[in-house]
Amino acid sequence: MNTQLLIQLLVNGLVVGTLYGVVAMSFVLIYKATQVVNFAQGELLLVGAWVCWALMVKYQVPFYAAMPITMIFMFIFGILIQMVFLRPMIGEPIISVIMVTIALSTVLQAAMKWIFGVNPQPFPPIFTSQSVSFLGLSIQTVYVMSLIVSLAMMAAMAWFFQKSKHGLAMRATAFDQQVAQSLGISVKNVFAMSWAISATVSAVAGVVVAVVNGVSSGLSIYGIKVFPAVILGGLDSIAGAVLGGVIIGLLENFAQFVDGQYLHWGNLYEVAPFYVLIIILMIKPYGLFGTKDIERV
Amino acid sequence: MANSMIPAGDFRTSYAADTTIFPTVTSRNFAIAGVLLACAAPFLFNEYWLSLLIQIGIYGIAALGLNVLVGFTGQISIGHAAFFLFGAFSSAYLSTKIGIPAFFAIPLAGLVTAVVGLVFGLPAARLKGLYLAIATLAAQYILLDFFARAEWFSGGSVPAMAEPFSIFGYALQGDRQFFYVVLAYVVVCFLLVTNMMRSRDGRALIAVRDHYLSAEIMGINLTKYRTLSFGIAAFFAGIGGALYAHYQLVVSYEGFGIERSILFLAMVIIGGLGSIMGTLMGTAFVVLLPEAMEWITAMLAGGPIDHALGLKTNITFLREIAIGTIIIVFLVFEPDGLAHRWHQIKTYWKFYPFSH
Repeated sequence: MNTQLLIQLLVNGLVVGTLYGVVAMSFVLIYKATQVVNFAQGELLLVGAWVCWALMVKYQVPFYAAMPITMIFMFIFGILIQMVFLRPMIGEPIISVIMVTIALSTVLQAAMKWIFGVNPQPFPPIFTSQSVSFLGLSIQTVYVMSLIVSLAMMAAMAWFFQKSKHGLAMRATAFDQQVAQSLGISVKNVFAMSWAISATVSAVAGVVVAVVNGVSSGLSIYGIKVFPAVILGGLDSIAGAVLGGVIIGLLENFAQFVDGQYLHWGNLYEVAPFYVLIIILMIKPYGLFGTKDIERV
Repeated sequence: MANSMIPAGDFRTSYAADTTIFPTVTSRNFAIAGVLLACAAPFLFNEYWLSLLIQIGIYGIAALGLNVLVGFTGQISIGHAAFFLFGAFSSAYLSTKIGIPAFFAIPLAGLVTAVVGLVFGLPAARLKGLYLAIATLAAQYILLDFFARAEWFSGGSVPAMAEPFSIFGYALQGDRQFFYVVLAYVVVCFLLVTNMMRSRDGRALIAVRDHYLSAEIMGINLTKYRTLSFGIAAFFAGIGGALYAHYQLVVSYEGFGIERSILFLAMVIIGGLGSIMGTLMGTAFVVLLPEAMEWITAMLAGGPIDHALGLKTNITFLREIAIGTIIIVFLVFEPDGLAHRWHQIKTYWKFYPFSH
């Protein structure tokens, strides 16, 4: 038993897991507010990462300026997606809406390859020191940054929903659209806003992943990994999404450990979350924290 | 004139008249003429066009299964390509490793795939659309991982070999001969589904789609029919995949990722959800679109648009963008697909001077 490796992998799992948590959180945000299952969440990460990369590498913008510009861009981008593609779909059957987001993910994925090429690009280094040591483990600085950024985003999200007026409006809309509308909340704005916030948060997560691993179309896998996380946590629970993300991240790395040390199947890291997904769907489809009113037929 | 046209008003007074496949003699003659014309295709077209027709047939069968699931039952699957591939590998395995002739291996592969489809469909069939979408997404990844790993079954990283299709010891090889195999399967599969949709089971599927609560009250077993439609979808995917295996003679799991599953969805949506002939139109559209883009690229080569977009090098991405955009456009502006458009054109000419 290689304890050192196990701990290293579990730390990795925690870092990746919090990132999954952040992406899952922004996925649940859209689902809760607008009842849209967004299959293009991973592409939002991808677009954000490429935009930030382009600003920094092509236009030589320093990181502290590139990041806010990316966030503003993604805010507007999110609103545009909602207005152009999803507003006409309001009231359509859920299958059509799912299909629109799937098509959207194809379009965005291909467009990014077209504009930026298929080769992965390294992100310009942001930190001077490569790693910090913590309790005898050497952890890459980018990992520490990733963890801090993720936690900060979660805290910001929690504050937004608990304290701010817009957050309250969003919660009201998620609870009951008609009542919210009759109380003077613009449901249209809330829909656009939830996409904007989701896109912005995803873009930040995308940039963080890009800083660690470089930018490539592989980033969009985060949008797929979100599904095990949200199903585990419960589709409409933000806290559940975060916890689900962390669990899936840990589980992936634990699977890699078991695989590498004992089983030698290879690639267990990639598929383990999907086995978990199927099992949860079978035994507890509303997840750990989800509302239990899912109709079982 | 007796039965060649539909009279104004609806005069169908018996169940037999209501559920007939061809409402008029003309439409039946047209269908038969269409099949006969298709029989002559190997003599009319060159190899390139023939290979496109074979592709339309093969993918059309798989898309037909997806249409039963998505269009008729109102469920969704994002893992259709994985089931298609499973059929291809099963048929290759049955024909080379076990030695069953391809003639029997193809329907057997369909059945095996149907069983696999049921395994993945069971947990999800109890749940509504969205959860099924996610479960099939998981199926796509799990099955593809299985193909990459199970060397005894799929050859792992080495493509699997398949025996050529033979009948009474005579091997049908080459596009010209294989075309008839595909044509026969297309006719049989489309007739099968058309007939199924006229039966109690088919109407039950539609009832489940339209209003599952009312359907249940009328005594339709929801779990049974949702699982059944999943099995049917996987069955046709398996048949299509098996034909693909015996057409290509090698099967590799590459190129059958989630993008291919989305392509199958595109065929069904563009053709028209819940339209059997529309499925074939949609498949033809999706198969011919890349070719059309290829011709346009060749036409524009060297021109200013070519320089601006770099058409030659980026054709794959442009193709994906086009497919995605077309799906969205159809969903927003023409949710009933090409079949609906075709119907409108027909009515327009029928009432020609007095359209509307």
